[in-house]
Amino acid sequence: MKFGIVTFPGSNCDYDAFHAVTDALGEEAAYLWHRDHDLAGADVVVLPGGFSYGDYLRAGAIARFSPIMQEVVAHAKRGGPVLAICNGFQIACEAGLLPGALLRNESLSFISETVRLRVESAETMFTEGYEKGQLLRIPIAHGEGRYTADEPTLQRLESEGRIVFRYVGSDGRVDDESNPNGSMHAIAGIINEGGNVLGMMPHPERAVDPLLGSEDGRALFESLLARVSA
Amino acid sequence: MSNFRVAVHIVPRRGILDPQGTAVAHALQTLGFQGVADVKVGRHIVIDVAAKDRDAAGKSAREMCEKLLANPVTEDYEIATVDPA
Repeated sequence: MKFGIVTFPGSNCDYDAFHAVTDALGEEAAYLWHRDHDLAGADVVVLPGGFSYGDYLRAGAIARFSPIMQEVVAHAKRGGPVLAICNGFQIACEAGLLPGALLRNESLSFISETVRLRVESAETMFTEGYEKGQLLRIPIAHGEGRYTADEPTLQRLESEGRIVFRYVGSDGRVDDESNPNGSMHAIAGIINEGGNVLGMMPHPERAVDPLLGSEDGRALFESLLARVSA
Repeated sequence: MSNFRVAVHIVPRRGILDPQGTAVAHALQTLGFQGVADVKVGRHIVIDVAAKDRDAAGKSAREMCEKLLANPVTEDYEIATVDPA
């Protein structure tokens, strides 16, 4: 299975994603430059974290118009898997692949720490390797991660089971203290209607090795591998 | 074609939490501006553009807001001024 990892000017988690795919998962990965017009035969596209185009105007606003994003959107429309992490999630929202927007953290601070997530749906191609309700420790590192959407959109995400991860406390419950950025409904990750585009602020690619403090992100890549190579 | 300078205001939509605006409002109140009820912090963008006339310049700026400058999910925009440049 081949992963295509998009590199924009300002991306800084592209190598972390490359490492997760090649070293932890043992699969093939290729970097896709933002000016490229093809996905080099990638089965799965990763939109990695960073500060694409300096986050000018709004995080992700300019990246969505890059040549490679036209190919990524076409791939997503064909049902191809897209894993959008952190800045990638912001880009996916700006590109209309996912609903809503990611605004400045409620605290106005950039937050870099390991948080607890609860798996809300283990029925996606990204999360079949987890149990519903399982608690994960995954790092976050962002200044603009406050998930925001209008009420009808939130209702739809809830009723269609498209909220995949939520921020929770050590007791596994949602509370204000454990919501690092003020996200509505404590949303850390959502999936599109087709079930093939996952956007999440936390970084599973930074949690694939005990040496990094957690390997709770590994099952996400393994879930994809099991589904896509099947 | 003539040259115009268009100014656009983009602000967080009412009802959407704007922590930056809240922080500024608190600072103003601390400074003694007791009448301050609410503050929204947004962006002011100035665009130099060639267009057929003033209306066309305004229309073009509106399209720019819809497509790129404002996020339709969270922000409102208004064309503040369109002046010959």
